[in-house]
Amino acid sequence: MNYFSLFNLPETLTLDTHALASSYQTLQKLTHPDKFATASAQEQRIAMQKNAQVNDGYSVLKHPLSRAQHLLSLRGLVIDHEQHTLGDPEFLMQQMEWRETLEEISSDEAALEEMQTEIQANIKDKLTGLASLFEDEQSNNEDIANEIRKLTFIYKFSAQIDAQLDKLDDF
Amino acid sequence: MALLQIAEPGQSAAPHQRKLAVGIDLGTTNSLVATVRSGQPQTLPDSEGRALLPSVVRYHGGEKTIGYPAQAEANQDPVNTIVSVKRFMGKSQDEILATWPNLPYHFVQQSHGVALLADGKSRNPVEISADILRHLRDRAEASLGDELTGAVITVPAYFDDAQRQSTKDAAKLAGLHVLRLLNEPTAAAIAYGLDSGQEGLIAVYDLGGGTFDISILRLHKGVFEVLSTGGNASLGGDDFDHAIVHHWTTRWGLSESLQKAHYRRLVSLAKATKQALSDGQSITQTIELDGQSFDASLDRTAFDDLITPLVKQTVKACRRALKDAEVSADEVLAVVMVGGSTRVPLVREQVGAFFGQEPLTSIDPDQVVALGAASQADILAGNKPDNEMLLLDVLPLSLGIETMGGLVEKIIPRNTTIPVAKAQEFTTFKDGQTAMMVHVLQGERELVDDCRSLAKFTLTGIPPMTAGAAHIRVTFQVDADGLLNVTAQEKSTGVQAEIQVKPSFGLAEEQIAQMLKASMANAKDDMQQRMLKEQQVEAARVLEALEAALDEHRGLLSEEEFAQLRQSMDTLAQVAQEQSTDAIKEHIEIVDNASQAFAARRMDISIQQALAGKQVQDI
Repeated sequence: MNYFSLFNLPETLTLDTHALASSYQTLQKLTHPDKFATASAQEQRIAMQKNAQVNDGYSVLKHPLSRAQHLLSLRGLVIDHEQHTLGDPEFLMQQMEWRETLEEISSDEAALEEMQTEIQANIKDKLTGLASLFEDEQSNNEDIANEIRKLTFIYKFSAQIDAQLDKLDDF
Repeated sequence: MALLQIAEPGQSAAPHQRKLAVGIDLGTTNSLVATVRSGQPQTLPDSEGRALLPSVVRYHGGEKTIGYPAQAEANQDPVNTIVSVKRFMGKSQDEILATWPNLPYHFVQQSHGVALLADGKSRNPVEISADILRHLRDRAEASLGDELTGAVITVPAYFDDAQRQSTKDAAKLAGLHVLRLLNEPTAAAIAYGLDSGQEGLIAVYDLGGGTFDISILRLHKGVFEVLSTGGNASLGGDDFDHAIVHHWTTRWGLSESLQKAHYRRLVSLAKATKQALSDGQSITQTIELDGQSFDASLDRTAFDDLITPLVKQTVKACRRALKDAEVSADEVLAVVMVGGSTRVPLVREQVGAFFGQEPLTSIDPDQVVALGAASQADILAGNKPDNEMLLLDVLPLSLGIETMGGLVEKIIPRNTTIPVAKAQEFTTFKDGQTAMMVHVLQGERELVDDCRSLAKFTLTGIPPMTAGAAHIRVTFQVDADGLLNVTAQEKSTGVQAEIQVKPSFGLAEEQIAQMLKASMANAKDDMQQRMLKEQQVEAARVLEALEAALDEHRGLLSEEEFAQLRQSMDTLAQVAQEQSTDAIKEHIEIVDNASQAFAARRMDISIQQALAGKQVQDI
């Protein structure tokens, strides 16, 4: 299933989120089971299957990470739900540094927020890099997959910072 | 013949005819039925003008009494008078007895769940609920003068799959076509019109006779999302009554034996006193017990003192629900009050103080859920074709499967918009293995023991292969009512694996079929006539929808496909004139098969057209 074509959107990593939301609403109005509450059993079944695809497609396209995974799967490589360790020593070093820093500043709200800003900038960089990798038809799928794996880690790390900030808020 | 036929998918261009649809609040203490008349939702009262139907059924001498008369007889015949059966829906005997150890009923353990022995016959909670629903259906049909097209039935937001399935099964047994199961707090929010215009958080505070629920909803771009639910299944207005009785008997120094002998009378006086104090400041009265007169006066201040600890408990639950939803009280846009006990002034005050705003109380709190359900039923039945609003619901609890070591792997997380379908691949671990079992659970915890077991599926018919060679793709589908359906397929051979569903609680498909048959034997002709008519109506509906579809999209079919479909339709039209329910059913299925690809192509075309049209507008 190509969710980009279901939502009538171009196959790119950078996506117009307004266009996505607007397509989603149009598709909901056409496929939601409530619109078929008095229709025949067959129409209800087809609508429900379509609507489940629409919901799944929306959740996949909404987030850049799952959108990237989906784009890669359209290029022929499926990497979601995998257990994979990265072999990039430079990135591993950075991960360790980040983790240490997070521990040191765990009760310093301003420092945590500063770090979050840095991480967000890093995510943006990675996404831009990924977007151009996707645009180049010559790109190697494994290279793209590795970039997505790094991104997965950085998103998780960003969530950890948020969780730490929430904890400080509770006091 | 109309000059121009414009039909939405799923809606035929037939002349506009108002469909009779109702909303039913199948409550723990009371149940109600409501419908939309002249654009306004209103409850349908009984012949004595009472909207409420106490959720009480008494089985006695081969007969059943439902509602007020059953409630009046409950004291003299507690064993055979089932009160608040909703508590038992989708539950096991152990769960029931752990929460309510002192129930007067005779429980009978069954293979799936529990039954109650009353009047010499065991009935499960689904059958008892069906008796209540049938009573409401009869009331609605008598008052509206025709058969119902369908019903929206409300369920608590936290109801799991087993409880929802049981509710739907009860409706099926009662001969009701369920348009949708709707969450109670969502229904209450709809009754207040909160689904149009505003966006933001809504708190629904529901204090009934014996239960308390708090739900935090988010309304965003036409999506009603349940963010969190909380409450107490054994705290309600009845506890206020008991607090008053305790206050009196302590003041009087009433002996335990006298208390016991007159407890029922004391409770009814307490209930009346509580209701009087909702409007007045004090009440002066006496009660005669065994020839002795006692002063049963009470003023508002004393009453407030008595119930403060109870109300505080509910406010605490509100705070926890907000925390679970990760929002704060000042973000809440509106607070909706549901349940008769929210008439108590102290409750309104405390809830208002906690959320920092006046709660919404203008609609009768006993009726608000049924009224919202009626509005939604009216839309779903197709009586408001211009309605743009959509209620998107979410899965209330995560669905997962058991993996090694008694752990649960989540397949579909909670708060996922439904309907949803997720596939998971399994493989065999032994050479030549032809069957495997999948245990499906619902809940947020990591251990199997901490989640609710929904069902065990046995997949059979897997082609024998070496270990790990078979790839079985199991698809979990949750429909718009939050109900789960599972299919499985072996990928390399395409063999459809058979699935045997063993629901952990509730009823298996065959049991429902059996019960329907049994109820038919009782009223044989009536039921058979009804089923024949239902099939004839369904046949007409299928044909009418297809004719409209062919008018519009004839070009989507090849000559051969068209000829085949046309022939199957003609045959169905003929068979539908005759008296065989089974034959009509069979030919509907043939038409269904012949038109399957056509229907899917039509859906795709309508999507393409709508999205292309939107793009033109955007430019």
